[in-house]
Amino acid sequence: MKDIYIEGDEIRDEKAPAGPVAERWDKRRFSAKLVNPANRRKLSVIIVGTGLAGASAAATLGEAGYNVTSFCYQDSPRRAHSIAAQGGINAAKNYRNDGDSIYRLFYDTVKGGDFRSRESNVYRLSQVSVEIIDQCVAQGVPFAREYGGLLDNRSFGGVQVSRTFYARGQTGQQLLIGAYQALERQVQAGTVEMNTRHEMLELIVVDGRARGIVARDMVTGEIETHFADAVVLSSGGYGNVFYLSTNAMGCNVTATWRAHRKGAHFANPCYTQIHPTCIPVSGDYQSKLTLMSESLRNDGRIWVPKEAGDERDPRRIPEDERDYYLERIYPSFGNLVPRDIASRAAKNVCDEGRGVGPGGLGVYLDFADAIKRMGRPAVEAKYGNLFDMYQRITGENPYELPMRIYPAVHYTMGGLWVDYDLQSSIPGLFVTGEANFSDHGANRLGASALMQGLADGYFVLPNTINDYLAAGPFENVDESTPEAEEAAEAVRARIDKLLSINGDRTVDSFHKELGHIMWDYCGMERSEEGLRKAVERIRELREEFWQNVRVLGENEELNQSLEKAGRVADFFELAELMCIDALHRRESCGGHFRAESQTEDGEALRHDDEFAYVAAWEFGGTGEPPVLHKELLEYEYVEMKQRSYK
Amino acid sequence: MANSTLTKQRSEALGSTVALKSAMAVTGVILVLFLIAHMYGNLNVFAGRQAFDNYSHHLRELGEPMLPHGGFLWIMRVVLLASVLIHIYAAVVLWRRAGRARPVRYQVTKRVQRSYSSYTMRYGGIGIALFAVFHVLHLTTNTIHPGGPSDSPYERMVSGFQPEFWYVTLFYVAAVLAVGFHLRHGIWSALTTLGANRQSRQRSLNIIATVIAAGLTIGFLLTPLSVTFGLVG
Amino acid sequence: MNITLRVWRQKGPDDKGRMVTYKVEDVSEDMSFLEMLDVLNEKLILEGEEPVAFDHDCREGICGACGVVIDGEAHGPETTTTCQLHMRSFSDGDTITVEPWRAKAFPVIKDLVVDRGSFDRIIQAGGYVSAPTGTAPDAHAMPVPKADADRAFDAATCIGCGACVAACPNASGMLFTAAKVTHLGMLPQGQPEREARVVQMVNQHDEEDFGGCTNIGECAAVCPKGIPLDTISQLNRDLLGSLTSSQSE
Ligand SMILES: Cc1cc2nc3c(=O)[nH]c(=O)nc-3n(C[C@H](O)[C@H](O)[C@H](O)COP(=O)(O)OP(=O)(O)OC[C@H]3O[C@@H](n4cnc5c(N)ncnc54)[C@H](O)[C@@H]3O)c2cc1C
Ligand code: HEM
Ligand code: HEM
Ligand code: SF4
Ligand code: F3S
Ligand code: FES
Repeated sequence: MKDIYIEGDEIRDEKAPAGPVAERWDKRRFSAKLVNPANRRKLSVIIVGTGLAGASAAATLGEAGYNVTSFCYQDSPRRAHSIAAQGGINAAKNYRNDGDSIYRLFYDTVKGGDFRSRESNVYRLSQVSVEIIDQCVAQGVPFAREYGGLLDNRSFGGVQVSRTFYARGQTGQQLLIGAYQALERQVQAGTVEMNTRHEMLELIVVDGRARGIVARDMVTGEIETHFADAVVLSSGGYGNVFYLSTNAMGCNVTATWRAHRKGAHFANPCYTQIHPTCIPVSGDYQSKLTLMSESLRNDGRIWVPKEAGDERDPRRIPEDERDYYLERIYPSFGNLVPRDIASRAAKNVCDEGRGVGPGGLGVYLDFADAIKRMGRPAVEAKYGNLFDMYQRITGENPYELPMRIYPAVHYTMGGLWVDYDLQSSIPGLFVTGEANFSDHGANRLGASALMQGLADGYFVLPNTINDYLAAGPFENVDESTPEAEEAAEAVRARIDKLLSINGDRTVDSFHKELGHIMWDYCGMERSEEGLRKAVERIRELREEFWQNVRVLGENEELNQSLEKAGRVADFFELAELMCIDALHRRESCGGHFRAESQTEDGEALRHDDEFAYVAAWEFGGTGEPPVLHKELLEYEYVEMKQRSYK
Repeated sequence: MANSTLTKQRSEALGSTVALKSAMAVTGVILVLFLIAHMYGNLNVFAGRQAFDNYSHHLRELGEPMLPHGGFLWIMRVVLLASVLIHIYAAVVLWRRAGRARPVRYQVTKRVQRSYSSYTMRYGGIGIALFAVFHVLHLTTNTIHPGGPSDSPYERMVSGFQPEFWYVTLFYVAAVLAVGFHLRHGIWSALTTLGANRQSRQRSLNIIATVIAAGLTIGFLLTPLSVTFGLVG
Repeated sequence: MNITLRVWRQKGPDDKGRMVTYKVEDVSEDMSFLEMLDVLNEKLILEGEEPVAFDHDCREGICGACGVVIDGEAHGPETTTTCQLHMRSFSDGDTITVEPWRAKAFPVIKDLVVDRGSFDRIIQAGGYVSAPTGTAPDAHAMPVPKADADRAFDAATCIGCGACVAACPNASGMLFTAAKVTHLGMLPQGQPEREARVVQMVNQHDEEDFGGCTNIGECAAVCPKGIPLDTISQLNRDLLGSLTSSQSE
């Protein structure tokens, strides 16, 4: 094992105060140094990303009077992938008076994360969740309301309380538009400079501090250097390493990976969440997968034929020849078991050859009973838009035929390691939202990512970054600073290389192949042997990529193949680290299931004695093994137990 | 702190596209009202020469002695002229603006839902304008007199629409149809512009527009056609 | 099925551009329109020709990045986004003409990619509620009648794709502007700045060289989110109200 990574010394989070968990955030806000409003104008912050995490931070820091420069690769900040979130956002408001509380949200999140997240962070997240809803409503976010005019709530992802706020099937969109409007307001006020169609390709570190970025203007191809007193990465998740995922086509790891190569630790890269209710692949031209809200599992029943290879029209398969496997295996939770469990169960039945639809990669999600019970109008009212979406994509009518669903990569719990202040292992580099290793441990609960992104951006970062900036402004740097020149040069060299190879395979063909490797060996079920094979295959494929990829056109124009090529190149390196992380973690926890570590009836088996830590990886140098730093996790409030949904 | 809140610059908005089309709507409505009155007047033709000439004469005496002879008519003319000019001005500004807003045309275009009326607003309008000029020269100033000059408006009209002058009638018919189309979209558009449109009302607004437009068209057509086909005179 | 594509190719903002014809063989009807373009691009790259550039990101019909005019219709024959249009809406042997959004306010950057920054600037002009972070009262402090909340929501679903502009014979951005004015104008939170908002947004709309609206209604007919036409009437109402109201500058 030690052949592929080196074990370094342990690290710990220095910033979280000791004492009662409920008081830590207050304590930290008090102990953090403040910046006098008059000085803020002199302090500059670069924020990469305009999703919930980035836009909320830019708006809030701009408002506070800092000098903010924002970046996104889309043509408008409003298009960040947060826009795609459907289900909702959690908050411990207890508006339903159903026994919810900050403590319960905290408890559910730590347990849901399979005891691989920090108590201090999760507790703060739960505390702040309450303010998020207030803030969004004040901005004019049109959450669903009841006839009384008050906000509606639903229960989400199998939790017992109704704490999820939602806006039809478009919660992410409405939240993001709120943050986007706040951001644009600051652009108008002159406190935020927005750079759209700009892709960050390198981090600039000067005397150990993050001082700027190298970005490519995606329209002119110009390689620009931007400088600031602090850099914030809010660049989202890296699910696209699997090629097919529910992420947007442009989602990438470049921003965080480049920072990692410059010294930022990458934590728990192997923790990926696979969402059970997505529309299955229909052919090899497939470019992305579409998620359908989990809420479908509230009334739909999931089944496959008992017989392998049963080709009959589902409507003609009699009840006693159907296997409602979730209801069978998990009688108490049935179709509402957590995502990771539902996903793996689907994989298992398909591996047994009982899957349905093209390639046998799908299971039925059947509303026949629901329609009988509630009547079609009720079902339409509740799920109409989802059914329409399904029909538009598959061409099948889900009121007649049961839907076909299959798991798909959806979210990455891993990300850059950060302390309680959201500061990475590089001073002055902060990371928020899905891009950091976040508060979700090994598995994220539904409706918690939106909460975390906005918590980080509106409330946490603006109260911690000042502790760092108080020491600024730092001494002046510009494009002539050696480190900056070097970074820009490296970027140019890389681009020239990609354009000069002119081999005979397209970028997409490499990306697809990489995706297959990751899905097969680092997907829902991982094994020592598989992962080792994967590492080999990835290295070979990377080799070939750098010799045989074909990227046409030049740099000085809008060049989408060039953009993709750069992203895929970084995915190769990330993919390898993911496999190494998965390989070293010889336990099953949350989204990470190791075949070697399961109970006799096939359930995930954690090894808290050995693995109750965050795996923070340090870049070992190109071609060199990465260095593992463990951050041990202690649980003072929530007692560690194995999850059971039987 | 950057807590700028919104402040409005009203002066700029007074020249905005929305203000322009509101002007177009208001003047449009004035013109419509005139046409309704005008149509009513024209229908007097069925009451015979006396009635029609009296009506025409009466127009000029209206408001006396407060107003001098013909005073009311002149006020009306001023209002009309102003409206048409404002209306045309706004139309032309918006038209040119639309041209500039799409410098490169589509290779393929397709009407998804737009009506023929909305499609012909602009050229139709020009047609109407040209007609109006001819029309005034013909029946008001009588500078043009197909059927020979006359002091009696009734005479002018009846002689003007005689079968041998079928082309005059034809021209009028064309013009009136143009007006009909123009108003089919115009009235709906005016109501929307002035803020009357609601999802729930969309249908009724369209019906109102259609009814008024059709009513005016038929009403106007009756006079020249009945003359040409010898029902009158 | 086999498709013939006539696609607008334009190397850069200054190139004058032209239509180029391509053949795409064995297209599956389950492909999305963009996946069909992917297939074309893979083929072009292998033949050594630069792929067709088009904007897209979520491919779920929610980010608003995608959008081309297909056979003269913005987003094509179905009322949905281009990424959610599937090839089953076409038939074997069809010739499909693909053009970028055409408007002065949306200059072409390359091929089918246009710059929609003008929309962002309209929002900057006033498409927001001034609510500094942390100053918010409890979310339940201000109940909103469901009817208003629903109408606000219908307007808030705008994804900023620009199809309304592309389809409008006047190249007007009024439906987009009206959607935001209506979204915020229907909510209590939006009232204090309501008058200023509509004035500032309309001024900006005009400054961006969009055409004026003359109530033609193509915009609402192609809008993938079904933003209702009467939002424009509401914008007019608000603007006229604001112009005549006593509230000072
Ligand atoms: C389909 C779907 C449904 C979901 N539903 C839910 C839900 O119901 N509830 C929930 O809580 N969570 C949900 N999630 C998860 C949640 O939406 C995301 O985790 C969250 O929105 C991430 O926000 P973010 O701001 O961190 O990143 P993003 O919103 O992804 O923003 C990333 C930003 O970084 C920019 N960027 C990235 N790389 C670069 C670069 N190299 N240079 C410059 N800019 C860059 C992008 O332009 C973008 O602006 C869902 C996710 C998906 C995919
Ligand atoms: C086709 C049927 C029409 C007939 C028979 C008709 C008849 C007349 C007559 C007889 C007059 C002279 C009245 C007088 O001087 O006392 C007149 C004036 C006028 N008509 Fe018409 N008209 C018709 C249609 C229209 C239309 C469609 C328009 C508008 C587009 C119009 C606009 C005018 C105007 C502007 C005047 C001058 C009013 C004035 O300044 O005195 N008419 N018309
Ligand atoms: C003389 C030349 C004319 C031109 C060039 C013209 C042009 C136009 C155009 C382009 C519109 C559409 C603008 C919009 O919908 O906002 C319009 C609207 C209208 N026109 Fe005219 N028109 C002319 C004459 C008339 C006349 C004579 C009448 C009356 C009979 C009239 C009545 C209207 C009305 C009611 C509208 C609706 C206003 C609105 O749309 O808000 N127009 N006109
Ligand atoms: S109004 Fe409709 S068409 Fe116009 S930008 Fe918004 S969603 Fe697109
Ligand atoms: S199509 Fe154009 S004219 Fe107005 S109603 Fe729509 S913006
Ligand atoms: S790609 Fe996002 S809406 Fe089409």
